[in-house]
Amino acid sequence: MARDDELFAPGHRACPGCGAAIAVRWILKATGRDVIVVTPTGCVETFASPYLLSPWEVAWLHPLFENAAAVASGISAALRYKGQAEKTKVVIIAGDGATFDIGAGAISGMLERNEDITYICYDNEAYMNTGFQRSAATPERAATTTEPPGKMSLGKVRPKKDMPSIAVAHGSPYVATASIAYPIDLYNKVTKALKIKGAKYIQVHSPCCTGWGFSEDLTIEMGRLAVETALAPLYEIENGQLSRVRKIKNRRPVEDYLKPQRRFRHLFQDGAGAEEIKRIQAIADANASRFSLDA
Amino acid sequence: MSKLVIMEGSMAVAEAVKACRPGVISAYPISPQTHIVENLAQMVANGELECEYVCVESEFSAASVVYGASAAGVRTYTASSSQGLLLMTEVIYNAAGTRLPIVFTGVNRSVSAPISIQVDHQDTVSLRDSGLIQFYVESAQEAHDMHIQAFKLAEASDVLLPVMVCMDGWILTHTYEPITQLEQDAVDAFLPPYTPVHCVTPDNPLTYGSHAEDDVMMEFKFMIHEAQLRAKGKAEEIAREFAELSGRDHGGLVEEYRTDGAEVILVAMGSMVGTIKDAIDEMRSEGEKVGLVKVRCFRPFPAEAILKAVKQAGIVVTMDMNVSMGSEGAIALDLKSALYNLPSKPLVLSLVTGIASREITKQTVKAVTARAREALDAGRVEERGEWVDLNRAII
Repeated sequence: MARDDELFAPGHRACPGCGAAIAVRWILKATGRDVIVVTPTGCVETFASPYLLSPWEVAWLHPLFENAAAVASGISAALRYKGQAEKTKVVIIAGDGATFDIGAGAISGMLERNEDITYICYDNEAYMNTGFQRSAATPERAATTTEPPGKMSLGKVRPKKDMPSIAVAHGSPYVATASIAYPIDLYNKVTKALKIKGAKYIQVHSPCCTGWGFSEDLTIEMGRLAVETALAPLYEIENGQLSRVRKIKNRRPVEDYLKPQRRFRHLFQDGAGAEEIKRIQAIADANASRFSLDA
Repeated sequence: MSKLVIMEGSMAVAEAVKACRPGVISAYPISPQTHIVENLAQMVANGELECEYVCVESEFSAASVVYGASAAGVRTYTASSSQGLLLMTEVIYNAAGTRLPIVFTGVNRSVSAPISIQVDHQDTVSLRDSGLIQFYVESAQEAHDMHIQAFKLAEASDVLLPVMVCMDGWILTHTYEPITQLEQDAVDAFLPPYTPVHCVTPDNPLTYGSHAEDDVMMEFKFMIHEAQLRAKGKAEEIAREFAELSGRDHGGLVEEYRTDGAEVILVAMGSMVGTIKDAIDEMRSEGEKVGLVKVRCFRPFPAEAILKAVKQAGIVVTMDMNVSMGSEGAIALDLKSALYNLPSKPLVLSLVTGIASREITKQTVKAVTARAREALDAGRVEERGEWVDLNRAII
């Protein structure tokens, strides 16, 4: 394609309504062509790299599931050695399984070394490529195929891991959350991160219609509801200081977000589920308070 | 033309790596690999080696950093031992599949549990099927020389595979030997700057690490196998070129030692080879017709070169410093497989020796040779994969 602002070509094999594909398209609008993208194993790798077909208009490398941060560090070192580090950006586009779970050790190393890399996680809150298994990014009480609800369970027991705080604790100069429902905001955050030297971390909330169980035409709507309920707060933390949040006018109750999704269906069947919904509302309230989200 | 200095084996390796001018080194400490990467770090700190040295949080990341740097078109190096090599394993398979010419030092050490810092080849032999080319060396000088050849072999456009130089920990890394080094100009002429066939760059944005399915996956794997087979001739050619340049000939894929007319031939690799050679000299002077085939290149397996050396012998004794639990040592398995279709072939006495530094002395070698002589006289071998000098009293 000739256009410099469309570097993720159509025709790839993502599911219709895929949130992660929207994330990739907007991330590449921000990176432009002078970039090397590393993507670990996951949905994006699988649907965007069948041999001999490629939607990637930029240099792209898939190594393994758990080593994107270290491989990107090696690319960054090679660019320094070749005197190209000021010119060419290194960006990781990784799923939440690769980020929150299996690749977290290598990410910690990358953050500690403060490598000049922009790490972007498309967070669809479970292992979607392999069929909706639980990750540390799965929200509390969501149903997954490996932590399903049943007579003895109401779904995932532990809350979502706070990866952005982990990045902040490493001294990252720029940590942000974004959502595919707010693409201009996502674009701006990636653009901003690319101008900052050091190890940046951006987490992009990316609804998955097949895994979460909602109609494929509601992907953006689900992303918006997650933000408007304060379950997916949008913020930026620069050098450890909260610098900007997306304020919410008339914050919505969490039921509005939970109810259309199959993964939370079990919470709407009895009193035990209702109690859990109250607890999830408390998580949203805590987010609103922590980030001063209410306008 | 060359200079002679007494130095530690680890420094001999570091000096060789430095002379090869890698652009990126990454490492994580593990005994007995540490002195090599410490020496290289000091060379970078002193400004003697212009190189990006990346300290990482695990061997897995060390291998991954050099994977990324190699993919970006830069000459790279790392080293590890034991558990560290096992932790690198997934990346090593991936590097072979991505056809990245990374050079590794595998400093041999046994594998947990129990944890031990003693030496055997279990760690590097476990990487056998990954696509990694492996050489085993006998001395610090050979380790030094082989690293320079390893970069040339790895980067050859008809090979393009990672290469590991395996050397016994402590025995070779922590002892001092007189080392002869080439002048830098000679190394530069032998090993020109690395120019990748292709690499990850925005100047030519390609897609690397694609998803392959049943229509092409088998062919990709075959191409790695074929490159391994091509590496045999290439390694021989590079060894000859290096011998002409340096005056030091360590052999090609194998080194034959006193195999002429030998009825008993020992097959081994690593530092025990020096002891075996001394024992053979003594036994030869006592009239025993015994020789040695030193396996320098373990992958690709030099079946032709070994068969050529052993086919006239009455019995071959494999002295593996590794074992496939429930079976035999790696050299024994490969060698027996290579012999199988020969119309007439020597017996094979397959032994597991030197696990976790169980000492191999000249007496061990002589006892093993006497066992082989008895089997040859009897015309049969009773046991396969026998463990030598095992203390059954504590089992």
